Order: sequence, then structure tokens, then C-alpha cells
Amino acid sequence: MSTTDTRTAAPVTVERNLGPRRRSIGAWFADTGWRHVVAIIVSAFALFPLLYVVSASLNPRGTLTGSNQLFSAFGIDSYVRILSDPQNPYGLWFLNTLIIAVVTGASTVFIGALAAYAFSRMRFAGRRIGLVTIVVVQMFPQLLAVVAIFLLMSTLGDWFPAIGLNTHTGLILVYLGGALGVNTYLMYGFFNTLPMELDEAARIDGAGHARIFFTMILPLVAPILAVVALLSFIGTVNEYVIASVMLVDVEQQTLVVGLTKLVANPRYADWSAFSAGAVMAAVPVMILFLFLQRYIVGGLTAGATKG
Amino acid sequence: MTELAEPTAPLNKRQRQAAKIADAASGPIGWMLLKILLLAVVDAIALYAAFVLFGQQEWLVLGLVVAVTVLVNYIYFSRKRVPAKYLTPGIIFLIIFQVFTLLYTGYIGFTNYGTGHNGTKDQAISSLLASSQERVEDSATYPVTVVEQFGTYGLLVTDPESGDALLGTAEQPLAEVDADFEGGQAVAVDGWNTLPLAKVFTLSAELEKLSVPFSDDPNDGSLRAPDGQKGYLYVSSLEYDADADTITDTTTGAVYADTGEGAFTAEDGAELLPGWQTTVGFDNFVRAVTDESIRGPLISVTIWTFVFALLSVATTFFLGLLLALVFNNTRMRFRNGYRIILILPYAFPAFLSALVWAGMMNESFGFINQVIFGGADIPWLSDPNLAKVSVLLVNLWLGFPYMFLVCMGALQGIPEDVNEAAVMDGANPWQVFRRIKLPLLLVTVAPLLISSFAFNFNNFNLIYMLTKGGPRFDDVSIPVGHTDILISMVYKVAFTGQSRDYGLASAFTILIFIVVATISIISFRKTKALEELN
Repeated sequence: MSTTDTRTAAPVTVERNLGPRRRSIGAWFADTGWRHVVAIIVSAFALFPLLYVVSASLNPRGTLTGSNQLFSAFGIDSYVRILSDPQNPYGLWFLNTLIIAVVTGASTVFIGALAAYAFSRMRFAGRRIGLVTIVVVQMFPQLLAVVAIFLLMSTLGDWFPAIGLNTHTGLILVYLGGALGVNTYLMYGFFNTLPMELDEAARIDGAGHARIFFTMILPLVAPILAVVALLSFIGTVNEYVIASVMLVDVEQQTLVVGLTKLVANPRYADWSAFSAGAVMAAVPVMILFLFLQRYIVGGLTAGATKG
Repeated sequence: MTELAEPTAPLNKRQRQAAKIADAASGPIGWMLLKILLLAVVDAIALYAAFVLFGQQEWLVLGLVVAVTVLVNYIYFSRKRVPAKYLTPGIIFLIIFQVFTLLYTGYIGFTNYGTGHNGTKDQAISSLLASSQERVEDSATYPVTVVEQFGTYGLLVTDPESGDALLGTAEQPLAEVDADFEGGQAVAVDGWNTLPLAKVFTLSAELEKLSVPFSDDPNDGSLRAPDGQKGYLYVSSLEYDADADTITDTTTGAVYADTGEGAFTAEDGAELLPGWQTTVGFDNFVRAVTDESIRGPLISVTIWTFVFALLSVATTFFLGLLLALVFNNTRMRFRNGYRIILILPYAFPAFLSALVWAGMMNESFGFINQVIFGGADIPWLSDPNLAKVSVLLVNLWLGFPYMFLVCMGALQGIPEDVNEAAVMDGANPWQVFRRIKLPLLLVTVAPLLISSFAFNFNNFNLIYMLTKGGPRFDDVSIPVGHTDILISMVYKVAFTGQSRDYGLASAFTILIFIVVATISIISFRKTKALEELN
């Protein structure tokens, strides 16, 4: 009964504090005003590199020094430059990244969802060990084994040139090595929230396991599939180590490999062109992210508390 | 199929959708056909792979491919084994690209694999003999026609004495073939394209390198035709003695023997490179802990990796928590606006942020020195200590939004009555936070802090894009710097610098592996994170 007591008592104390404070500016500052001061300072910290990139990308002059005066000049010259430079085929890099990240993301979701379904819905020998193994193996990031991956792909490429070094297929296959992992874990947690009665009802109606999975479960877990796809997409876009080791030709490279090389020495780099490339690469990702951020944060916290 | 709706409870939108898809999907026969089709594709690929591997005489791999294919077919045609049907695709990828590569890394750590040691002994011998070849003076001139097959170039040679046609490539020694002759010179052979002269002229760079062995014995020398028309005999100044397993330099008389170190070595210790790949036992590990010029950087890098990972978690968490507390006030206006702004650094692709910051922190031309500090020359990235501070600062920018979001979520998850009860009991806001909210928050956030630590422990992109690990250490034999963390050190030892040392890099990987494994086992025990795994 004590809880109901505090509940009724609490609003009274809050209101008593609130009443007089609203009148003076000092009181306003003590309550929420200082919060705005903190918020503005931190917002400036968060925003200024981003404003700087946007400003540099709109600056027709190419050098690092030339980009220092924020929004001093406007022009899309640098966008034209980065898109038309044959030495640095930005368009191709973008396309390569898009293809690799979309295929990896979609395949990761599919393979991961298959496994999550099995772990969540079926009881079989080795299930618990399987779950633990997935988590533990994932503790060691794939890039740690980059030497072995490089040598493996180089050997595979001698036999099957289509999946060896310098191929997108090969890189995607390597990335799919991580398809069972943290992402599967997120999905497993989400699958568990669906009541088993759904499956049972469908089974009584004569549906097989594949039918239940593809036509019933997958549509119901669509939100987590979208989140995992996005996380995998962003992860692939950001992945440098394996991509840089595997993709040798400039035409085959991804954005992260190409752009990193472009500003390897910022002093001599065409900084505006790089910034234009960065803005074009970041905007779609950021828009997607902001749309899905609530789900992402929810997914991250849910997965973390479980695993 | 249209009037099947049964009088059940009203379906929500998703369920109706699901039902529609279920109806639209074809019956069991459709599924069966799809399954057979997919398996047919898998089997076709496996068959192709088997043929290739058979041709390459890779029996072990061939056996594995056959075994896995049979297993996959069994699993998917069986009426039982339902869990396996869902797990097999992921497990195959996991085993090849995670488990196998980790084990393979372990193996490479015990070899001398790297620049100068990346092939078999036979390859090393032919490559040594080929690289020291010189033209035999006054030797005969061989008329040559350049031919091509599937992108491989070959030389079609007419023996000036016998008039026979011989064909060979860089891989295949010269062998007699039936060819079409024109004016006493062999000009075409079945299965190969004769290249027109105009094309041959454009290939001079490749023809320079093309050296066709005369026979299986590398001591016989080889034929080269740099202009694509006249070939000459080249013989190596090195001579391989297969019985004694030594190489003799015919010009100096020096003898090089296989001493088990993966290269032909003279008595004075001079090595002929390239050598070959061989296992060297614990050499790499011994080198890592005893060689002063490697041990020094290894120790500093290890310490910095831990400091970096710990401080990264601590700084981002405290800023994030502080902001969450500041924003945890429902009377504050424009809260959502601020929130979106604060998320932006998290949404911006991380590798781009690091590159942008590297530009802004440039000592002489960067925005920070030029504009914010009015033209100062602060060595943000080139002073060892300041570079570390810069790394942490940029990481704070990258990481605080995540912690902020997480702490906001966790704070909102703490029921308001807890707070009110404490206030009723006379606690001040600090006491409420310190004694009640923080412990409750930590319960939710602790696993995330651990995974954040693990992430930063291997935060390659930030280090490599921002500082490239620099500034470099003085007096070290590996290309490592003050801000390198373990993972970037491995990458640099293996893939950058004058020589690649896969063996040493893999040995480092194994050491990291042991450290990470120990930490994760301890943290798993502490958090008992796996308890809910049932």
C-alpha cells in the first residue's frame, strides 16, 4: 500500500516546487535555462565538423586551407570535380559500395533470420552450445584474421578467379562469414517475443515449417529485419581492413578505400572534392538512420541486456 | 481460394497481410520445385568446383567439397533434420571465414610467411634461377611467333637446327607440337591464336618478362623473345644441384645450402631471396618478446590499447550520461530538436568523420589551428601525447551520441515512483542519483559498456583514418607509431611498409586473441550475461 501513498503524494510536491519558480527568469534558468546552455554548447560540438564538411564541399577552391572560411563561397564545382575525375572514379566506388553493402545486408538478414528462427522455435541437441558459440566466436572480430583471409582468398582465386582477390563476390562471401553473430542474436531476441501459439495454430491448419517461416514469421518480424539490414549495411559501408586488402584495382574499390586514399596526405589532397564525396556518401545513410533510430536504439538495448 | 475467411477474431493489418501472402504462395509442390531448383544450382556449382579442383590435383579440398555437398543434399532432402535446414547456410560461412581463418592464422603465426617467403621451395628455385638469367653469348637465334590462349601468352618456336615446332609458356616448358609452317617458320598451332605483329608490338612490357623454360630442369635455362620475333637462349648464373640441395653461383663460386630457415643460405649467412614458406616454430613469438626493436613497441601499443579502450568508454559514457540527465526534464522545450542534433555524429559514417577530423586537425592548414586558435601551430596529430588526446577527443565526438541515447532509454526505464519515494524520504537530487538511479542504470547499461570496450579495443578505423598510428616510434624495426592499437599494428606489419611479415603479424594476432579471450571469459562470468540463454 505504500506505493499508492507515494504516488498520490508526489504530484503535490512537484507542483509546490513549480508554482513560484515560473515567475522569474532566475528561477527559469535554475530549472531549465541552464539545460539549454549545456545543450547549445554540446550541439555546437556535435555540429561543427558537419557544417565544416558541408561548407568545404561547397567551396570551389580545392585545398585544405581554402576550406577554412566557413560558407565564404558557394558553388557545386567540387561536386562536379569528384564525379568527373577519371583517376578517382567516385561514381564507381559509390556503386561498388552500394552493391556490396546491399547484397551483404540482404544476405546477412536472410541467413541470420533462418538461424534465429531455428534457435527460437525449435529444440534440438546442441542448441544452447550453438547459441553460446555464435556469441563467443563473434567476440573476435573478423579483421583480426585478415592475413589468413587474404591468403585464403588468394588461394581460392587461383582455383576460381570469380571469387578470389579483387572480386566483389569474394568480399561479400567473406563478410557473410559474420552473418551468424550479433545480428542473429538481435533477431533471436525479437523472434522470442512472438507467441508460440501462432506457430501451433498454423501447424494445426496444415502449414509446414517453411511455410510458417516465410509467410507468417518473416512478415511479423519485419521491423527487426529492417534494423539488422541497416546495421549490416552501415557496417559494410564502413569496413576498411578487408576491403582494402582484397580490392586491388581502383575500379573495384569501395568508397572507404577510395576516399581514404584520396586524402592520404590532406595537405595535397583536393579537399573540397573529398568533402563533396563525403557529403554525398553520408546524406543517404544519415536519412535512413534518423528514420530508423528509435528502432535501432531499442534493438541495441534489447540485444545487449539479453546477451 | 477467395471464400476461405473463417469467422475468427478480427485480424490486425499485419496478420491480414501475412494471411494474404500465405494464400498467394503456392502449395507444397511449388515449395518442392523451388527447393530442388536451388539444390540443383548448389550442386552445379559444387560439380564445377570439383572439376577445377580435380584439374589442380587438390585432393583434400576436393574431398571436403564433395563431403559438404553430399551433406547439404542429405539435409535438404531428408524429411527430418529441420533445424539443420535453417542453420546450414550460416554455419558453412561461419566455418570457412571465421573458424577456419582463425585456425589458419594460428598456423601462419608459426611460419615465416611474408615478403621473400611466399611460395614453395620449387617455386623459389625456379624464380631464383630465372631472375639471374643472362643471355648466352653467340647462341643461336630462334624464330618465334607469339600465340595466346585464354589470356596466357606462349611462344611458338622453330628449332633452327631440326626445323621442329616447339611450344611453351611461362609455366609449361617447351614441347614439340604439330604446327602450320610458312617459309620454314612455325606460324600457327591448333587451339592457340596467333597474334598479329601490330598486337605483338603493344605487348613489349609483357614479353620482356615472358621466359619459357627449355625443359623441366631449371639449369637448362630458358628462351626469351623481348621483341616477339627473335628468341635467344638465356642461362642462369646460378646452378641448382638437386642431389646436394644447394645452389652454386657460377660467377663467384659461392655455395648456398638449405639450412631449414626457408632460404638458401651461404656459410657467411648471406641469403638468396626469394626463399620459401616453412614452419619456424615459436620463432615469431620469441622475436616478439625478445627482439628489443619489436618488444618495445609491442608493449607500448598493448598498454595504449587498454588505456584507449578504457578512456573511450569512460569519456563517452560520462558525457552521454550527463547529457541524458540534463535532457531528462519534461519541461525543457525543444528537447527533440536537440536530440536529433546530438544524434548526427552517430549517423555520419565513422570513417568519414575520422578523415574529416584529420583534415581539421592538420597542424599547419587545419581549421582548428587556423581558425579556432588563430593561426597557432598546435601539433594535434604529430606530437605523441597530443595525438593520443586528439584520438580520444575525436572518439568522444563519435561515441557520445550512442551513450546519450542508451542512457536516455535507461533513465526512462527507471520507474518514477522510485524517485518520488526517495524524495519523500528526504533525499536530495544528488543522493537520489548516486544511490538509486545510477545503480539501476548500470544494471541496464553494463553489458553495453563491455561491448563498447570490445569495440574500441579493435577500433581500427578511427586510429588508421585519423593518425595512421603515427607519430612513428624511433628505432623500431616494424612500421608502428605512438597511437597504434594492437589491431592496426597487425595490419601495418602485415600489409604496409617495405616488407610484409605475415608470420609476425599472425603471431601478434594470436597474442591479441589470447588477451581478448581472457577478458571476454572473465566479463562473461562477471555479468553472467549468458544466463538467459534457455
